[in-house]
Amino acid sequence: MLQDRYTLAFRVYPYARSADQDAPAPVRHPVVVGGGGPIGLAMALDLGRQGIPVLVLDDHEGIGMGSRAICFSKRALEIADRYGCGEAMLEKGVVWNVGKVFHDDRQVFEFNLLPETGHKFPAFINLQQPYFERFLFDQIEAERARGAPIEIRGKNRIDAVEDAGDHVRIAITTPDGPYALEADWLIACDGAGSPIRAMLGLDFEGRVFQDSFLIADIRMKSTEFPTERWFWFEPWFKSGASTLLHKQPDDVWRIDFQIGWDVDRKEEMKPENIRRRLDAMLGPEVEYDIVWSSIYTFQCRRMRKFTHNRVIFAGDSAHQVSPFGARGANSGMQDVDNLGWKLGLVMSGQAPASLIESYNEERVHGADENILNSTRATDFITPKSKTSHIFRNAVLDLAEHMPFARSLVNSGRLSVPCTYDGLSLNGPDALAGSPARSRPGSACADAPLEGGYLLDRLGDGFVILTLDAAAPESIEEDGVVARRLALGAADDASGALRERYLGDAASAVYLIRPDQHVAARWENYDEAALRAALRKACGKD
Amino acid sequence: MAKLVTALNIAAPDEFYEKLIRAHEGLSDDESAALNARLILVLANQIGDAEILAEALEACRTPAA
Ligand SMILES: Cc1cc2nc3c(=O)[nH]c(=O)nc-3n(C[C@H](O)[C@H](O)[C@H](O)COP(=O)(O)OP(=O)(O)OC[C@H]3O[C@@H](n4cnc5c(N)ncnc54)[C@H](O)[C@@H]3O)c2cc1C
Repeated sequence: MLQDRYTLAFRVYPYARSADQDAPAPVRHPVVVGGGGPIGLAMALDLGRQGIPVLVLDDHEGIGMGSRAICFSKRALEIADRYGCGEAMLEKGVVWNVGKVFHDDRQVFEFNLLPETGHKFPAFINLQQPYFERFLFDQIEAERARGAPIEIRGKNRIDAVEDAGDHVRIAITTPDGPYALEADWLIACDGAGSPIRAMLGLDFEGRVFQDSFLIADIRMKSTEFPTERWFWFEPWFKSGASTLLHKQPDDVWRIDFQIGWDVDRKEEMKPENIRRRLDAMLGPEVEYDIVWSSIYTFQCRRMRKFTHNRVIFAGDSAHQVSPFGARGANSGMQDVDNLGWKLGLVMSGQAPASLIESYNEERVHGADENILNSTRATDFITPKSKTSHIFRNAVLDLAEHMPFARSLVNSGRLSVPCTYDGLSLNGPDALAGSPARSRPGSACADAPLEGGYLLDRLGDGFVILTLDAAAPESIEEDGVVARRLALGAADDASGALRERYLGDAASAVYLIRPDQHVAARWENYDEAALRAALRKACGKD
Repeated sequence: MAKLVTALNIAAPDEFYEKLIRAHEGLSDDESAALNARLILVLANQIGDAEILAEALEACRTPAA
């Protein structure tokens, strides 16, 4: 029996019987993606754009209604932009920079993200998750029209998974009954509750936080609130131990009340009880409709290992964080970005299978950083002991008058991409006087260029970025090509390119990976050094 | 204990101690705890040095050592 677990916002891939269901023996697919949430869709897009046939199986028929994620980070948008749908997201999203922090009935302080200029994308946009998924889906349709081999099967529930050595056996239930498939690779993007993880008997360890949060997405009918992030600790209106107010597109506002652990969920979810909390906060004169509401609790945990032979975990199935800091979907996008090119090289025989292990190394590192940050924010927002509570409030008291304490206020450290410092694929950092922000392992910072942006010009493959340095137009090392992007400090009059990539150096040669992370850098081109770094970045040492 | 000053570093110790106790006069236990917390934060910021702060935390967690 197939029962929907949530209502749909967009029914975009209705069930259709596939020829595979009538095949005499299980059909083999190169890649199956288990789960079509944001991470599964992005995974399909990444692989399909490389020409790799990919089949997505989801137990629903489209994109879920629940808004859940609202803050999408610069890096997630840049990744989406590499796939072709970043601009549509930016256009629909709400850009915000100002945040206010309140304690009880006082404003403690106000901050401005003061975004660095010269980037195509802002630090954040607010966008309802269903829209984010919809843009990914629309891009899949566009790529498909150009011949990308991507298929999505709705109401195809994965019920069993078996590791068969050089492939995976998958048992599926559909409205027409069961069938089986085989896959060379299975990417498990089936969310925090990952049935695939359970089917393989794998661990998922970490902290469970004993608190629950009531979310209401409301459409304002009368009042205008500014496009700012407002966070209350112990608000005077007593609707929760903390409360967040944040604007989304379509005049919809996200309100998030921390309501405690021992709550009667059914009772709290009654519209009149949600309205009671909202009215206390907004005042009786404000008119609104409740668009969506939900109660959630959360965990900060991850799998010990994300790669299990031919089954690879990405997104919430591999790691889960608290929502504070918006690190869930944003880090899942980085998983996809990291895995896509590696799987592509391995499947085409251009890199050894061991390259996949570097996905585990790098994204476990990213997950640990996200878990650390989101655990710290959670401990600040929901103090676990009396002393912790006293310190939290002491920080808030001081923050009003002493600037230093504002840096201790933690209502979520917003997601930034992690740097793969010291990890296996990195080559030499041999550029004296250069800025630390673009050291090997870091995600390339964008910079403005005549008529566009740097990241657009980097594109999808390996790139030799030269800044006022000579180099061949491309080199091929053991089947892998790196093409040159020749720029100079003069290509950006604002000086951002120089500041972000040269610093005090007169020239630079960067080897940049397909996921736009720096692999190595030097002052001048040295063929042997570049070839060695390219081999290393492909896991060939 | 490389950096933490454990020898006397306050010019008039009795005066400081008296001021510390007097600051808590008339406060409830909760108010006192809040004052202590604010004081620790302000002093920690004044010290700044991460090593000293870590050594101080360590030293005070195990007072006998
Ligand atoms: C309240 C809240 C606020 C959040 N805010 C943010 C934020 O601001 N920014 C941010 O980046 N993240 C945020 N997140 C996290 C974000 O929602 C998740 O990280 C994101 O949805 C993970 O995507 P996913 O594709 O890995 O998993 P999911 O979105 O859970 O998708 C999993 C998919 O797999 C399908 N599936 C499951 N089992 C099977 C099966 N057996 N067979 C076939 N298909 C299956 C499901 O139907 C679903 O479509 C928030 C989360 C919550 C709860």
